[in-house]
Amino acid sequence: MTTEPQDTALVDHPLEVLTDAGLTQPPSPLDRVRTVLHRYPALSPALVLILSMIAFGLLNDRFLSTANLSLVVQQVAVIGALAIGQTLIVLTAGIDLSVGAAMILSTLVAAGVATDHGWPGPLALFAALVIGVATGVINGVLVTRLNLPPFIVTLGTFNVFTAVALLYSDGATTRGIEMPGLLTWTGKSFTVGGAQITYGVVLMILLYVAVAFALSQTSWGRHVYAVGDDSESARLSGIHVTRVILSVYVTAGALFAAAGWILMGRVNAASPNAGVDANLDSITAVVIGGTSLFGGRGALWGSLIGALIVGVFRNGLSLAGYDPLYQTLAVGVLVIVAVSVDQWIRKARA
Amino acid sequence: MTTSTATSTPILEARGLVKTFGHVVGLAGVDLELHAGEVLAIIGDNGAGKSTLIKCLSGAYTPDAGQILVEGRPVEFHRPDDARRAGIETVYQTLAVSPALDIASNLFLGREQRLPGVRGSVFRMLDKKGMRDRAKQQVEDLGISTLQSMTQAVENLSGGQRQAVAVARAAAFGSKVVILDEPTAALGVRESAQVLQLVRDLRDQGMPVILISHDMPQVFEVADRIQIQRLGRRAAVITPQTHTPQEAVAIMTGAMVVT
Repeated sequence: MTTEPQDTALVDHPLEVLTDAGLTQPPSPLDRVRTVLHRYPALSPALVLILSMIAFGLLNDRFLSTANLSLVVQQVAVIGALAIGQTLIVLTAGIDLSVGAAMILSTLVAAGVATDHGWPGPLALFAALVIGVATGVINGVLVTRLNLPPFIVTLGTFNVFTAVALLYSDGATTRGIEMPGLLTWTGKSFTVGGAQITYGVVLMILLYVAVAFALSQTSWGRHVYAVGDDSESARLSGIHVTRVILSVYVTAGALFAAAGWILMGRVNAASPNAGVDANLDSITAVVIGGTSLFGGRGALWGSLIGALIVGVFRNGLSLAGYDPLYQTLAVGVLVIVAVSVDQWIRKARA
Repeated sequence: MTTSTATSTPILEARGLVKTFGHVVGLAGVDLELHAGEVLAIIGDNGAGKSTLIKCLSGAYTPDAGQILVEGRPVEFHRPDDARRAGIETVYQTLAVSPALDIASNLFLGREQRLPGVRGSVFRMLDKKGMRDRAKQQVEDLGISTLQSMTQAVENLSGGQRQAVAVARAAAFGSKVVILDEPTAALGVRESAQVLQLVRDLRDQGMPVILISHDMPQVFEVADRIQIQRLGRRAAVITPQTHTPQEAVAIMTGAMVVT
C-alpha cells in the first residue's frame, strides 16, 4: 500500500484523524470536549442533572431529601415513559406531536369500557394497548405510505386523537374508585430505605431496560439508527426502511398506552384534561437528553435523564419559592440550550 | 472454480440490453462480458449509457429487453436486493454507509449476525464481538491497511477510508462481482491511489471488478480491458496495451471508429 506509516498509527484517535482530514491545527481542548460529547450523547445531560441537583440542594436543603427525590421520580414517570416512544421516533429523524393525545385516548377507552361496559381490568388494559397500537399504525402508515412529513402527520393526528377522546368521553373524567383496581395499580407504592416507589416508576424503568436492550443489542435497533442516520444508505444496504419506520411508530404507540396506565395511577383517574403538556414535555425530555432531532444519534437513557432534568427544575424551583411560571421559562431555556449544544456537537463530524 | 470454466464462461454477461426512458434511449442493445480476475473499466461521455448500464447490472433498473447472465445462468433483477443475492455488489458514488455507525456495523448492515443459542434466537442478541472479529478478518484478507479499529465511527474516517469500508463490504459475504461507480471522484491524489491499489488487490484475489471512471490515466493504469460506451452502444473494447488514451477519447467522441 502507498499509505504513509503515520496513517495507520492515527486511526485509533478520531481527533487526529480530523486533523488528517484537513484541519491544519492540532485539536483545541474545546474540540476534545466536543468529540467526547459527540461520542457519548447522554454525557452532557448527565452532567447537567448532577449540577442542577447540587444547585437546588444548596438553595433548599429539603430538595435532596429521600422523600422529595422519590416524589420527583414519581412526577417524572409519565413523561419518562412517553419519552421512550418519542426517542424511537426522533431517532428515525421523525417527531411525534400526538403522543399526549394518543396516551389520553387510550386511558379514556380503558376507563370507558371498564365502567360503561363492565369489562374486567385486564381486558380494559388490553383495550388501551390496542388503541395505543392503533394510533401508532395510523401515524406510521401516513408517514411511510403517503410519504408525509411526521411533523405534519402527527400535528393532524394530535387534533384527531384529542377530538375522538373528547367525543368518546363527553369530556367527562372517570375517577379512580369507579375503575377496576388494576387500571390505577401503577399508583400504588412500596417503600425501600425510606424512598417511596410506585409500581408506575418500576414499570417505566422496566420499559427503559427493555427498549434500551432492543436498541443496543438487536439488529432492529441498529436499523433504527441507520434509517435515521441516512435512510437512502440504509435502503441501499438492504434494510427495509418503511418497515423499520412503521415498526417504530407501532412500538411507540404501545409505549404511549403503557404511559397512559402509569398516568391513571398517578392522577388516580382517567381524564381528558390530564397531561395536556405531555406532547411537548416528551419532546423536551428527548432533546435535553441529547438525542438529535436530525435522527440517528442519541441514547435512550439520555431521555430518562432529560425527563429527570425537567422534573428537577420544576420541583427545585418550586421548593425555592419561585412562581410556577419560572419553571416553564426554565424548561423553555433548557430546550433552546440543548438544541444549540446538539448543533455544536454535530459539527464534530469529520 | 477451475481456470478453464473461468475463461470460457464469463462471471457476468449482458446480451443486447435495451433501456428507454420515454423517447430517450439509454441503452440501445449493449453487450458486456466480465471474466474472473479482471478489472473491466467502462468509460464514455455523459449520456453514453454508463450509469444506465450499471444500474441494470445492479438491479436498480430493469432492462426493457436483453439478458443478464451470472456464471452462464440467466437472471432477472427487479430490485438491488436481487442483484446482491446473485453475488453482484455495487459501491455507489454516495457510498451508502451510515456515518454514525462504526466500521464493523457498517460492514454487516442489513445482514447482522446473531449470537448462537437462546440469546440469539429468543432475545435476538447481536454477535457484536463475532462481527467485529470477522470484519477485521475481512479487512485484513483484502489487504486494507488503512482501517485499523473496527469500532471507529465511519464519520471520523477520511474519504479514502470510507471508500475502503464500502469496498470491503461489497467484496465480503461471498460476492462474485464488485461494481465501483466513480470511486475516486471525490478523493484527493493520495486517497485515489489507495483506492486503485484496493482494486488491484481485489483482482489479484480473483474478484472481478467493473470500474466506472472519468479519469482516463487512472483507467489505463488499473484496467485489464476497457469498454467504451458511445450513444447507448458499446463502441469498442480495447486494452491499455493495444490503444492509447488519446485513441480511447477519439472512440468515445466518435472521431475514430473501431470495427
